[in-house]
Amino acid sequence: MATSVLEHAPARDHEASGLWSWITTVDHKRIGILYGATAFLFLLLGGLEALLIRWQLAKPENTFLSPETYNQLFTMHGTTMIFLGVMPLSAMFFNYFIPLHIGARDVAFPRLNAFSYWVFLLGGLFLNSSFLVGAAPDAGWFGYANLTSKQYSPGMNVDFWVIGLQILGIASLAAAVNFFVTIINLRAPGMKLMRMPMFVWMSLVTQMLLLLAFPVITVALIFLMTDRVFGTHFYVPAYGGDPTLWQHLFWIFGHPEVYILILPAFGIVSEILPVFSRKPLFGYAAMVFSGSFIAFLGFGVWSHHMFATGMGPVADSVFSVLTMLIAIPTGVKIFNWLGTIWGGSIQFKTPMLFALGFLFQFIIGGLSGVMHASPPADLQQTDTYFVVAHFHYVLFGGSIFALIAGAYYWFPKMFGTLLSERIGKVHFWLAFIGMNLTFFPMHFVGLHGMPRRVYTYPAGLGFELMNQIETVGAMILGFSFLVFIYNIWISMRGRAEHPAPADPWNGATLEWSIPSPPQAFNFAEIPTVSARDELWHQKQQRGGTLPEPQRVSGAGIHMPNPSYWPLVTAVGVLVFFLGFMMVGWPLNVAGGLLTALGAFSWAFEPAG
Amino acid sequence: MSFRKVPSWPARRRVWLSLLAVALLAACGGPFPQSTLIPKGDFAQMVDEVFMTTVKWAVLVFVLVEGALLYAIFRFRAKPGDKQPEQTHGNTTIEVIWTVIPAAILAFIAVPTVRTIFRTDEMPAGAMEIEVIGHQWWWEFRYPEQKVVTANEMHVPAGKTVLVKIRTADVLHSFWVPQFGAKRDAFPGKYTHFWFKTDSLGSFTGQCAEFCGTQHGRMGSLVVVQTPQDFDQWVATQQVGSPLVNNGVVAVVAPADSAAPPTAPADSVMIKGQQEFMAGGCIGCHAMAGTPTAGVLAFVGPNLSHVGSRQRLAAGMLVNTPENLALWLRDPQKVKAGSLMKLPHQLTEEQISVLVAYLRAHQ
Repeated sequence: MATSVLEHAPARDHEASGLWSWITTVDHKRIGILYGATAFLFLLLGGLEALLIRWQLAKPENTFLSPETYNQLFTMHGTTMIFLGVMPLSAMFFNYFIPLHIGARDVAFPRLNAFSYWVFLLGGLFLNSSFLVGAAPDAGWFGYANLTSKQYSPGMNVDFWVIGLQILGIASLAAAVNFFVTIINLRAPGMKLMRMPMFVWMSLVTQMLLLLAFPVITVALIFLMTDRVFGTHFYVPAYGGDPTLWQHLFWIFGHPEVYILILPAFGIVSEILPVFSRKPLFGYAAMVFSGSFIAFLGFGVWSHHMFATGMGPVADSVFSVLTMLIAIPTGVKIFNWLGTIWGGSIQFKTPMLFALGFLFQFIIGGLSGVMHASPPADLQQTDTYFVVAHFHYVLFGGSIFALIAGAYYWFPKMFGTLLSERIGKVHFWLAFIGMNLTFFPMHFVGLHGMPRRVYTYPAGLGFELMNQIETVGAMILGFSFLVFIYNIWISMRGRAEHPAPADPWNGATLEWSIPSPPQAFNFAEIPTVSARDELWHQKQQRGGTLPEPQRVSGAGIHMPNPSYWPLVTAVGVLVFFLGFMMVGWPLNVAGGLLTALGAFSWAFEPAG
Repeated sequence: MSFRKVPSWPARRRVWLSLLAVALLAACGGPFPQSTLIPKGDFAQMVDEVFMTTVKWAVLVFVLVEGALLYAIFRFRAKPGDKQPEQTHGNTTIEVIWTVIPAAILAFIAVPTVRTIFRTDEMPAGAMEIEVIGHQWWWEFRYPEQKVVTANEMHVPAGKTVLVKIRTADVLHSFWVPQFGAKRDAFPGKYTHFWFKTDSLGSFTGQCAEFCGTQHGRMGSLVVVQTPQDFDQWVATQQVGSPLVNNGVVAVVAPADSAAPPTAPADSVMIKGQQEFMAGGCIGCHAMAGTPTAGVLAFVGPNLSHVGSRQRLAAGMLVNTPENLALWLRDPQKVKAGSLMKLPHQLTEEQISVLVAYLRAHQ
């Protein structure tokens, strides 16, 4: 691709550096890195919580953790991994790569983008500050009424949870609007929808799910908050409220939420498998339609989380059949991925190892999901370790493996150096073995009668050996993350001596056509796209390779100015919500005013 | 809808699936007394059949698809000097095939699923009702027909269909005894239900299966299946002092196995125990035959009128021995932290031994 090269162009941009430049950044790439670093730290925290859980469960009637502490740990483990781990890690990739994939210079609303990040950070810190006052949420990540009512959860634990999730919801909604508009409006000339990289397609569908699902949980949480703070009775049985209402609202959000967690992973894997098989994604249109169909159907299956609640045979049957129906487009995707590597020339670089691990594990998770879809069978499986096995196979074996694959794949583009292949392979095998050792036995211990969310179990039920194996597996998994961190550290330390080229993997998408790391304005000239897998198309036309892109001065390219108003507005949001937990309306008013100040200033400042 | 009998299977398929069940059972550290894979009743049998159907298809799909994946990984690994592979973009025929075949497999799962859903919803006539009420963190069982109220240990007669109607007195719980095939969540203000009939005599453990707070993990239950004669005998004993019978009114009597006359001497364990029971504040939370709380149905703690006859204490946590009962009375918070049994004051060892004798005398 032709880039304008200026003689004596500086080797590095004069990119702003220093803490203030990060605090005021509106650059999607920097925001992506902020999301990634923050989310990774929360992921490690959630992992630590998991290791503590596994240590407690390693032997029956263990007294390592008190029941109250255990209940806080499993609640925070779930909440952290979902809202502070997987979702923002996906957001890292949305942020960094959606504009690059569609040939844009940034997202549609750069300051809203920064706002989303700051709200996420503040919400995550707020939620975890509950540990400091010994009142971490302890009613499960799903917070079923009426356990969460003021009567049965009088402490601040549930308040932290309700408010924390509402704050995080604002971040997600703002980001969803941003990426949705970006994908629809900012595509480069020739980048038709059916030429977009599959990662962008899956991200687009995810944003639509976010936009439709998060308002539902917001309503559910508002009801719970007014029950707890203002004495309403939405979920209070003594006054005619119904705890089942919470379950329906929660799962109408909760089921699309799990597709929000997996679709970006589908997108990442759909980028990696073709590149490392050296052939295009098999069945692009089928992949687009199946992904969209999964998302659409995902709104019709929520009560499969409620098969034990006695909804009646008609409701049970309808939700059962709809749930089984989702298996069809999911199967289509799995087969298309198989079709992609079939007949290819598979290079077992680390991104590919994790992508293949994803495939192997997601198939298992999908099959146990189909087993749940049958209510009579589910009457035994629900609320046991069988379910814990299922969702860890799809969330860890699926989403997290895909996110790690994406990290190895896109690291050179983001940081200008490759992660070590040698250490990467060690990381993969430790993770793969650890993952399967931890979660495969859970299928069995669940079928043998071990319920979930239990802080201990009696001896003599046969659960001991499987729990020990699972704990060993968890330790191996934990160690694999240390190996990952080591890889990142040692690769970053040596990046000056080992710069990565623009296109280390022979990629098919536009991000590989610009320097590693990219300059602030991304593309010196907005590209014109004429095909799917545009870069492969260009390379084919030029006899196989493209010249290494040069860094240019970027003069005359108009980029948005940095701004601190997104951070100010985010702080206002936090203060507003704090008012529901302490001090009361003065804080609500102060927060509201600060939010308004931030938003107005942001609206009227020169955009640059 | 007609109530069709469970279809009989070809013997070979039954053998294959039993082998699979045995293999699953044998895996890693049995025996498994609380397993869902050892159905002990008609409801459980139906559930198990649908489950085994899903297992069969899941294993088949697993072998085929993972097999294809592993094959592809080996067969198509890059070798030095590889040419660029054929740049296939897709194949409509194959897309149709691998959409239709999974749909067909799902139909093979969906049909028996829907059939079983409706079959298990239908209730055989003449069932014996038991009301299950979940509390934090113990189970109350009320038998409306037999007028029995007990806790944590449910006795049922073999060979008779039992209809379990479930609700909660506080937060959501879920009643689950794996070998009888189902769990149902306990809601406030409405009943869920399931039913079962079993011919297997013995004691079967269960656990609460809906997170209900601090001690959700130790909210166990026990179902004791007896011959009809033994069950009737149990009912007769339990009726003494039941709040559903004459409001629980019954005079304090000497232990059943003593030859003493009905009116007990003043220093008998029953009189002294009852005094301790009332002075110690126990009647604030527990109904007990022979005390002013005898007729109370709704209480924070279990009815103790027949606690001596139960196999376990504290919802399955402790085997019912004098030592364990003393352990519990000495410091219930130490045994079950967060439990709602908070003693107004520490009991002396003498008080504890009197209470243990008194409680254990209530068979």
